Amino acid sequence: MAGIVGYGAFVPRNRIKSEEIARQWGKDPAVIQRGLLLKEKSVPGFDEDTITISVAAARAAIDRAGIDPMRIGALYIGSESHPYAVKPSGTVVAEAIGTGPEIHIADFEFACKAGTEAMFVALGLVESGRVDYAMGIGADTSQGAPDDALEFSASAGGAAFLFGRDNLLVDVLETYSYTTDTADFWRREGEFYPRHGGRFTGEPAYFKHVLASARGILEKANLKASDFRYAVFHMPNGKFPLSAGKTLGFKQEQLETGWVVPQMGNTYSGSSPTGLAAILDIADPGDLILITSFGSGAGSDSFVLKATDLLPQQRGRAPTVQSMLQGPRRYLTYGEYAKYREKLIVND
Amino acid sequence: MREVAIVGAGMTRFGELWKYSLRDLFVEAARGALESAGADRLDSIYVGNMSGGQFVGQEHLGPLCADHLGMAGVAAARVESACASGGVALRLAYLDVASGASDLVLAAGVEKMNDGADVTAVLATASDQENEVYHGITFPGLYAMIARAHMAAFGTTEEDLAWVSVKNHRHGAKNPNAQFRREVTVEEVMASSPVAAPLRLLHCSPVTDGAAAVLLCPLSEAKKYTDRPVKIRGSGFATSTLTLADRENPAVLDAVQLAAERAYKAAGVGPKDIQVAEVHDCFSIAEICCIEALGFADRGRGGQAARSGMTALGGKIPVNTSGGLKSKGHPVGTTGVAQAIEIFEQLRGDAGERQANGARIGLTQNMGGSGASSVVHIYERGF
Repeated sequence: MAGIVGYGAFVPRNRIKSEEIARQWGKDPAVIQRGLLLKEKSVPGFDEDTITISVAAARAAIDRAGIDPMRIGALYIGSESHPYAVKPSGTVVAEAIGTGPEIHIADFEFACKAGTEAMFVALGLVESGRVDYAMGIGADTSQGAPDDALEFSASAGGAAFLFGRDNLLVDVLETYSYTTDTADFWRREGEFYPRHGGRFTGEPAYFKHVLASARGILEKANLKASDFRYAVFHMPNGKFPLSAGKTLGFKQEQLETGWVVPQMGNTYSGSSPTGLAAILDIADPGDLILITSFGSGAGSDSFVLKATDLLPQQRGRAPTVQSMLQGPRRYLTYGEYAKYREKLIVND
Repeated sequence: MREVAIVGAGMTRFGELWKYSLRDLFVEAARGALESAGADRLDSIYVGNMSGGQFVGQEHLGPLCADHLGMAGVAAARVESACASGGVALRLAYLDVASGASDLVLAAGVEKMNDGADVTAVLATASDQENEVYHGITFPGLYAMIARAHMAAFGTTEEDLAWVSVKNHRHGAKNPNAQFRREVTVEEVMASSPVAAPLRLLHCSPVTDGAAAVLLCPLSEAKKYTDRPVKIRGSGFATSTLTLADRENPAVLDAVQLAAERAYKAAGVGPKDIQVAEVHDCFSIAEICCIEALGFADRGRGGQAARSGMTALGGKIPVNTSGGLKSKGHPVGTTGVAQAIEIFEQLRGDAGERQANGARIGLTQNMGGSGASSVVHIYERGF
């Protein structure tokens, strides 16, 4: 059986509060916090991008696995913000973490589910026996246009999952994917900010796919919501994942551990993977965990996972998600945020 | 002129109907109307629609609707008077039958608003582009100015506005076709997001997809289609200045008043004879101004009607038993026809939990823009 042998996450320490963004645009912060359930979000520094976030998360995953990185046979990064349009992020990450050149690399894109996409393929290659170890990463420095609702959520961070066959921290019991052609959110070649269909991104997009995928895997695995200790759903805002979870019969205590969005924001491809990392930081052996991602365009991937006895022993080798969310932070003004996110036009 | 009856009705559920296109919505409502009357032919179709061209890129709705109903060949045209399009379609259908030109006519309304268009910008085309839109005004802004004028002239309060929403949501909670089938409290309304002061989110009707259709024939032939026809006793139609600022008094909807006078005269009744009414509450202030213009409340006193219970179910004259535009939803070109369906059901005793007891005479009032066009119909139980 294949499963997760190491995992790691990274969240930048720059933050901006929802009320600071609301103030900039003359919006009522109480309305934003009540409507979207968002308090603050992470912001990448000048020297942080999808590649640096991926490297930090991948190193943590290797530390927890305690393996020689040269044994990693495949590395996939899912992101909406690969620094290059043409030239992979994966090659830089592979060299930085000390692996290659005998390695298969690819960058994935499927809006916010590119991270679970990378995990899905990495798992499959390990299960097939083609490689001993494979890494799937979801990381983003998410884009949201100024004065768009997305600006309150689009944040930076990511998580890496290393799959193998021995010394598993987490068993993968089942996988499921659900995909349709639904244009709810998109960014065309050469455009800087994504566009979206407003309320169309809700019922016919997020909820349709997340609910169908979660129901599909529960049926396939012959499990019900109450069998799980934890569940995490893609977090485009604070409200959607709680609403989806409750519709499926999950209770608040099953959802709150992975629900990192109020403080972190939506790290797009890194969103549900980082929520999963936060769950693995505290899960007990034998706990069942459900993760369902969502990517616009649109589709969802689901995994049913089970923590092993090894998880508590190994996880102390790298920082937890909460240690980064609650740890040293630097709060930015909107002006500093605009500078860091290169929203200001300056001469070369 | 011949006497005219409504003999069948059909409508879709109202809401964000992502899976339904404009033509799907029309066909569902039109088929419902035809099947309820056991009719399999039509002489003509009038389709109320404000802006198919801008919402979904589709004009020329007459042939589209006739064709998709399986009736290509039938005379059919789209009717436009902004948010009064449905009411005007009903009026044209009424005149078509009354004149003797047609014997079986469908009056329909359809609007597909949730399809990616900038709805506020599309709706703004119903105001004056040169005198209003150019300066940045939108409909919430125009109705906010009407509300301010009403408050200044008559002492109407924000709480008075809130009570209109509370009452209409209470009614809409009982309507299976309503977009928002839930009640709201005065506190919730007063704490909802500001849209254009003094109007808040819960003072505003929503963006809605939906269609409605009614079947009209001469009263003398109505029994062929139903044993419980509803007679249209009168129709009144009027316009005012397109630009709100050009009106003598922005707190008075003079087109509504004029349309009502004409409808009352044609029907030979007055406001005191009306037992149930559907009025155009696109914003809560609109219901207050409309019930004054219709004569249900004295000028300046409309603000107290919802709070006192006068216009609630069980009150002296229940207004917007369907939930109104606020709770039932407001697919702009459909609204006028959907209002007629509510009164059709009320006068037939088919309104279930929201039935106004013993109603024999009812009224609908539909308007376009900031009240620049308005159409009023008066109905009577025909059995």
